[in-house]
Amino acid sequence: MTLNSGIPEGPLKEKWDNFKSNMKLVSPANKKKKKIIVVGTGLAGASAAATMGELGYNVDAFTILDSPRRSHSIAAQGGINAAKNYPYDGDSVWRLFYDTIKGGDYRSREANTYRLAQLSTNIIDQAVAQGVPFAREYGGDLANRSFGGAQVSRTFYAKGQTGQQLLLGAYSALMRQVDAKKAGGEGVPGVTMYTRREMLDLVLVDGVAKGIIVRNLITGDIERYAADAVLLCTGGYGRAYFLSTNAFNSNGTAAWRAHKRGAFFANPCYVQIHPTCIPASGNYQSKLTLMSESLRNDGRVWVPKSKEDAKAIREGKKTAADLKESDRDYYLERKYPSFGNLVPRDVASRNSKTMCDDDLGVNPTGRAVYLDFEREINAQGFNTIKDKYGNLFDMYKKIAGEDPYKTPMKIYPAVHYTMGGLWVDYSLMSNIPGLFVLGEANFSDHGANRLGASALMQGLADGYFVAPHTVGNYIATENPSQVDTSHPAFDAAENDTREYFQSIMDVGTKNEKNKHGRTVIDIYRELGHIMYDSVGVSRTKEGLEDALQKIPKLRESFWNDLKIPTETGKFSKYIEVAGRTADFLELSELMARDALEREESAGGHFREEHQTEDGEARRVDDKFSYVAAWEWKGRNEPHVLNKEELVFENVKLTQRSYK
Amino acid sequence: MANKNFKLEIWRQDGPNTEGKFETFNIEINEHASFLEMLDQLNEDIMNEGGRPVEFDSDCREGICGSCGCMVNGAAHGPERETAVCQLHMRTFQNGETITVEPFRAKAFPIVRDLVVDRNAFDRIQEKGGYISVNTGPKPDANAIKIGKQRADEAMDAATCIGCGACVAACPNASASLFVGARLKHFGLLPQGAPERGRRTLRMVEQMDDEGFGACSNIGECEAVCPKGISISAIGHMKRDYLFANLGFHK
Repeated sequence: MTLNSGIPEGPLKEKWDNFKSNMKLVSPANKKKKKIIVVGTGLAGASAAATMGELGYNVDAFTILDSPRRSHSIAAQGGINAAKNYPYDGDSVWRLFYDTIKGGDYRSREANTYRLAQLSTNIIDQAVAQGVPFAREYGGDLANRSFGGAQVSRTFYAKGQTGQQLLLGAYSALMRQVDAKKAGGEGVPGVTMYTRREMLDLVLVDGVAKGIIVRNLITGDIERYAADAVLLCTGGYGRAYFLSTNAFNSNGTAAWRAHKRGAFFANPCYVQIHPTCIPASGNYQSKLTLMSESLRNDGRVWVPKSKEDAKAIREGKKTAADLKESDRDYYLERKYPSFGNLVPRDVASRNSKTMCDDDLGVNPTGRAVYLDFEREINAQGFNTIKDKYGNLFDMYKKIAGEDPYKTPMKIYPAVHYTMGGLWVDYSLMSNIPGLFVLGEANFSDHGANRLGASALMQGLADGYFVAPHTVGNYIATENPSQVDTSHPAFDAAENDTREYFQSIMDVGTKNEKNKHGRTVIDIYRELGHIMYDSVGVSRTKEGLEDALQKIPKLRESFWNDLKIPTETGKFSKYIEVAGRTADFLELSELMARDALEREESAGGHFREEHQTEDGEARRVDDKFSYVAAWEWKGRNEPHVLNKEELVFENVKLTQRSYK
Repeated sequence: MANKNFKLEIWRQDGPNTEGKFETFNIEINEHASFLEMLDQLNEDIMNEGGRPVEFDSDCREGICGSCGCMVNGAAHGPERETAVCQLHMRTFQNGETITVEPFRAKAFPIVRDLVVDRNAFDRIQEKGGYISVNTGPKPDANAIKIGKQRADEAMDAATCIGCGACVAACPNASASLFVGARLKHFGLLPQGAPERGRRTLRMVEQMDDEGFGACSNIGECEAVCPKGISISAIGHMKRDYLFANLGFHK
């Protein structure tokens, strides 16, 4: 199948303007008759729902959580990029575009990435107008900092809680539309909010997205909702690794169920492993905590030069303070003199792993390196460092039980973000008409690796500025026929959902009777180990083939041995987790397969067979300069690969070098 | 990495309209596990023996989403200051200690199941004015609005509220004044929030009352348990603005 990316005509810089000039508009009187479903209320979902409500549409918004304000965007710490060039250090839209496409190792679309850079400045203006309390200078101007891999200061921040403040901004706009709807009633535009609802299926009528099937997590009821367009804003699939920085409830289910209804899943192997996380300490661990990489602005990464010193530290016989400067290897500064500690995330992560593989790790598990602030505390003063990172240092101390003002932090890479996701065209519409995918849930803007402080930017660009126009254009152009939930397609989809759900519960019931089985967490944790070992920081043909043997076996174990509570009519967290784990047991296999077939290294996807003499990622542009869009063919059928060739007319593909 | 043993007294309640009671469990767990990881482990043990796991809310598990929250030994989020229960670690407790775990209790927070409560009342308060009324679209350049660092920082300190509801659970009157005060202070300190200051204050305070939250009587438990350390001065801000709004200022 040919994938049409729908990129508008004209020079790169004019494409978005051309799109907006040519798009069709929905008449104001018609808008309120149009229903839009938004699934997920993080940055992308909340901003899209609020904006569509403001524009006069009727919006139904859904979240699995008890409030939209808790969506996982809230945990983003470091900041949001924008090409404002306030520090006058040479930034521009072009430079942000170029950094993003280069950082993504030339595996994203030029047109999408350029639009993202263009819209970045609007986001800051919008957020400030909403009252987002960004950090400011004494004179009242907005403050900026430099962030992972960038040579300009273009990152806006609110302490180490930028995601929280931007999400609360979008949430407040959303709540304003909920109020408008409640005050106005039926037929009046605005947003109706549905909390604690999990999307379990997408409803298609004649191949067009017309609604969703959800489970009410409080009552266990299966509910159906119809609309003229469905927007998935459900985040990434990093929880396939069980341990990640993602929240406990983050999952890939909505995207995967849409995939099983025909939406292509693109580049599933592109996973970002964040270099600065608090290392795992034991098998009770439920998640990993990110330490914002803004810390790398002032923190210096090192390990002992000698294995003996590292061993002594691991055994508690020495501490970091016992090692003289000459006994320390500041390996990022040594290997990458011009970027030093600020190399992109994938480079930093891989180097941490290499050091620990060489027995230079510094915590009892051997999987940790130091992040040291001593020099900058001495140079800039305690208070300056406290002002910049106070809440991050406090968080570290709470979790690790050590004071980073006095002793260096210990960090290790953890799964953090997924660049892959459902395939979308320039309008953010999937290959299923009427199904739009926004934010981390789509694949589009970050290529094979995302730069720091760009996730917030993309979520909000998609939600505030792109989808409201492109969804309107779809409705005005296609004039999709209106269906309601009595359509037979809803009966069929609901029936499928109930049967599938019941098949999981049946396994539980059978094992309950036979007093047999293993808990869903036990199975899920095993999946995480397989994924981190074989589809993690670095990948090999053997490792991936091994994973492709193990995952189906584990899936079989799930469908035979699962032990879960079987009472379905009530709030039950482990029933939710079981459904999500079943999906991850399918999605993870596709991730491994995609990683196996992509015989090159690009960004977050590092194949050991494809590296330069210096150990850097080596792309194979003549063979793999494409988007891998996978098509579901059925439960026992292999996926089919569709390719969208990437065309570069404005940038020259180069080998990334951060030396 | 020492293991510790604990006796747990946990509130079990099947649904909003059923009677609840304490149930006793024993657990051995690594002291570096978090409190919620301890509950995870307990649930694994319960499910392996064919029992019903303890339901509790959690999401980010790094103290920012506000999903988690329960009373631990009578204190909202447990004994550590400025710490949500997801960031509380078992090293805080003595080996052999009995730990009592209960849901946040307030008329406006009906119990869903076990430790899970319904906090949608907070969203309904937010709907009544917890925003600055601007639509998405072209805006003046962000630096066109100057806000001094001190004021911006103060607004940020109020905006840092995670909406967990600990303030309500800790308050003898089950008042949501710290939650509402934090919203009003955040918007009230910023020039962007000025045009709706009075209307916002009146509508949010009235909704708080309608939801069945109590009044503030300056006890200060809310500030003591707030995982983000939000100052009770936010309530002063709310009371002053409410008075002014009733007198016809801040229109």
